[in-house]
Amino acid sequence: MKSALKRAGYKQVHKQMNDVHLQFISKVAFFIILLFAFNLFFAGHYTPGGGFVGGLLMSAAIVLLLIAFDVKTLRKMLPIRFRILIASGLFLAVAVPTLLMFFGYPFFTHEFTNVTLPILGEIGIHSATFFDLGVFLTVCGSTLLIIILVGGADD
Amino acid sequence: MTFIHFAIILPLIAAFLIAIINKYVKGIHLGWFVLPIPFIIVSYLFTLIPTIRNGETLLLNLNFMPRIGMNFDVYIDGLGLLFAILISGIGTLVVLYSIGYLSNKEKLLNFYIYLLMFMTAMLGVVLLDNVLMLYLFWELTSISSFLLIAFWTTKERSTYGAQKSMIITMFGGFMMLGGFILLSNLTGTFSIREMIIASDSVVGVGAGTLAVVLVLLGAFTKSAQFPFYVWLPDAMEAPTPVSAYLHSATMVKAGLYLVARFTPVFMLSTTWVWTILIVGLITLCWASFNAFIKDDLKAVLAFSTVSQLGLIMSLLGISGLAIVRGANEQIFTVAVVAAVFHIINHATFKGALFMVTGIIDHQTGTRSIKKLGGLMTIMPITFTMTLITSLSMAGIPPFNGFLSKEMFLEAMFEISNSNFSSLASVGFLFPLLAILGSIFTLLYSVKIVMQVFLGEDKKETPKQPKEASALLLISPAILSFLVVLFGLVPNLLTKSIIDPAAMSIINAVEPLNTKISHWHGFDSPALWATVVIILVGATLYYFRDTWIFIYKYIRSNYTINYLYDQGLNYSTIYSNRFTKMVMTGFLRTYMVYIFGFLVVLGLITIIKTGLNLDLSNLAPIGIQDMILVGVILTALLIIMITKSRMVSIIMLGAVGFSMALFFVFFRAPDLALTQLAIETVTTTLFLVCFYHLPKQSKLPEHRKFKLTNFVVAVGVGAVSILIGLSAFSNRLFESISQYHVDHVYDLAAGKNMVNVILVDFRGYDTVFETLVFGIAGIGIYILMRLSINRKDDKNEERAEESRL
Repeated sequence: MKSALKRAGYKQVHKQMNDVHLQFISKVAFFIILLFAFNLFFAGHYTPGGGFVGGLLMSAAIVLLLIAFDVKTLRKMLPIRFRILIASGLFLAVAVPTLLMFFGYPFFTHEFTNVTLPILGEIGIHSATFFDLGVFLTVCGSTLLIIILVGGADD
Repeated sequence: MTFIHFAIILPLIAAFLIAIINKYVKGIHLGWFVLPIPFIIVSYLFTLIPTIRNGETLLLNLNFMPRIGMNFDVYIDGLGLLFAILISGIGTLVVLYSIGYLSNKEKLLNFYIYLLMFMTAMLGVVLLDNVLMLYLFWELTSISSFLLIAFWTTKERSTYGAQKSMIITMFGGFMMLGGFILLSNLTGTFSIREMIIASDSVVGVGAGTLAVVLVLLGAFTKSAQFPFYVWLPDAMEAPTPVSAYLHSATMVKAGLYLVARFTPVFMLSTTWVWTILIVGLITLCWASFNAFIKDDLKAVLAFSTVSQLGLIMSLLGISGLAIVRGANEQIFTVAVVAAVFHIINHATFKGALFMVTGIIDHQTGTRSIKKLGGLMTIMPITFTMTLITSLSMAGIPPFNGFLSKEMFLEAMFEISNSNFSSLASVGFLFPLLAILGSIFTLLYSVKIVMQVFLGEDKKETPKQPKEASALLLISPAILSFLVVLFGLVPNLLTKSIIDPAAMSIINAVEPLNTKISHWHGFDSPALWATVVIILVGATLYYFRDTWIFIYKYIRSNYTINYLYDQGLNYSTIYSNRFTKMVMTGFLRTYMVYIFGFLVVLGLITIIKTGLNLDLSNLAPIGIQDMILVGVILTALLIIMITKSRMVSIIMLGAVGFSMALFFVFFRAPDLALTQLAIETVTTTLFLVCFYHLPKQSKLPEHRKFKLTNFVVAVGVGAVSILIGLSAFSNRLFESISQYHVDHVYDLAAGKNMVNVILVDFRGYDTVFETLVFGIAGIGIYILMRLSINRKDDKNEERAEESRL
């Protein structure tokens, strides 16, 4: 982001901008947006939301961090390679429907059961969730990759 | 698979074998290995003569592609056998002659492979019964002839001649294919024999006439008829054995064969008959007139070939009349017999003349008539052969050319006398043209003999002339001997070859019992015509200096050659110009094409089918919808008129957020959420890209108003609106969404129907949309990385400067 600003004519960009307000608020807002993103993602099957919007919001949260700090700091905070995010997301999106074929279902026939977990109690597990997770990761990774690259920072 | 099937492809097989022989056997001329092949074929064909003579025909089936009716069926009757014997017989002599003519330094392997390919192609053309196979071999003759003309590829003239012959004969070939397909549609078969049986369905139909024209185009281009003869004089750049073989005896007769073969099919079509007759006569006169002035010996012979082909063609035209008027009329059968006889005669004397020309060229180093002279005492054997064959060509007794020319004149006189009502006023033209053509034929024949062999020894030739070796002389000697033999004893041929061939041309059943005699009595007009031809010809030749000036009036600008060259030239220029005009290289032009086409197509469809608008199902429009539409319209208007990019981007954002609000009002929360998020991301991206733009275009440019763009844009808008409205008002089926509503919980365990459709009912689409998203990310990553790596430091600096 900073190099983009630099090119735009802001010559006096210091290494550490003294944006206390922005940095503080974004630290707080990051988690709120993240939670909202996860909420949208998990509740997608019953209420509006889903993998796509969730992924976009997640990337928005990270972009907020990127604006407040610089790329290096972001790297330290989130040591993730976005390309790998895309790859794993695509893998999930293709693997889940393919995997279902090995259990004797036609391609893309989802299956769901209720299981009882130690802490959470009884919850429904739907294979579509894992597929949606793939969408989530791909969207998030792609958006971040594009913005950071076009913004002028190295991945 | 009988031997005759094998014989057709035998030369092709031999072409592979001699490639191997060429590699391992050195020192012996390659032609010796080729020589047995045409000899075997011709020997075999001679054994078939007794069968054909008894009026029988052979039909040998061999399935090749039976599903589409394309079979390798060999059909041998008199006509096919005659041509096959000519091809393989003269082929043998030409191969023998080429052994002496071409030295070991030439690319002999190429030469013989092309020649053998040609032999197969010609045998296939004349012996096969299936029109598709005929076409296949027909094109093979064009290709191998192309390769042979361009044998000396380094010479510019020979590549030019090869290209010219290729273009013209290929054009004719394609036309002919069209004619064949039309014919097979009309008659329901690809077999020529069955077409003859079904020939009633061809006549009187428009498609039948078109088929006549197309097939004739094929025949005329191949046989170098007017005005397609222009390729033949340029094809003389080929080695002389090739000229002797292809361009006098065999390939140019393929067109004649085609006409003769299809005469029974088109027998009742008057277009067929008169076109052939008239074009043949025009070709005869025009080419013989042009032949006299040529300076190059081979050019004289080329034009002579064209004129003789015209002669045969006109005779075939008359033979078509035989069927119209009934086969019993003597005159028409005379014409058929004359045509067949002249095909044989022409092949013998023209083949010999070409070989003689080659000998002169080989021994003196030039073919220019002006440089030659007085060769009679130096090359006596060559002189004798030239004399015999030239006199035969001119139609002087007692050689065979005289006999066929006599019959030709007789037929022409008869046709002017016979009472065709349409001919009453112009009937006299036929014998007149025939006599005129014959006079010029005599003139150039005499010219060859007189100016090359008689007169003084000019001693201007590049080489010291001397008599050729026996190897070169033996082939023209055989042909000259045949000229004399057929001249003296013509009835040797009638029963065995001429009659069966003539019978198959006019599809006659009863034997013709032709008798060719030298003497017809004093009351024959042809006799007096011959006398006139000889007297006028001799006079004209003697006083040639007084009238030769008329050739000056034929400027090079008015020839067909000039037309051909300029046509080719201008078609290149104009197609280039057209391409440059249409393909401007600007994306905006192509956009105008695409959208303009869309508008035109949409409007045509709307006008043709009519617009059916039913607006009774419209929902009520709320106040919030109106406000939003107002916002969007304002934003769009600002985008169109603004000069700043920044304003455009912001207004685009405004449109996007208004769309999100629309989704809210239309109860699509998922879409609204996604639209909001994605609009933010894209606006951010636009803003980020904004700074990457180079300095020059960063300046807000003055946007001009363009009428074309305006019209196209308004058209696209109008068409889309109309299509949308008409699609809305013509709902034919119930929507399937009720199924999704009913089963969203019991089948998919979800309550958000949109999401369930996305990941469950129609999840397959989502997989690929995810893939698209991933590809976009990785693609941009690669693009950015590549562009960074490509830049060197200086460029980086300059780019940095321009951005700041």
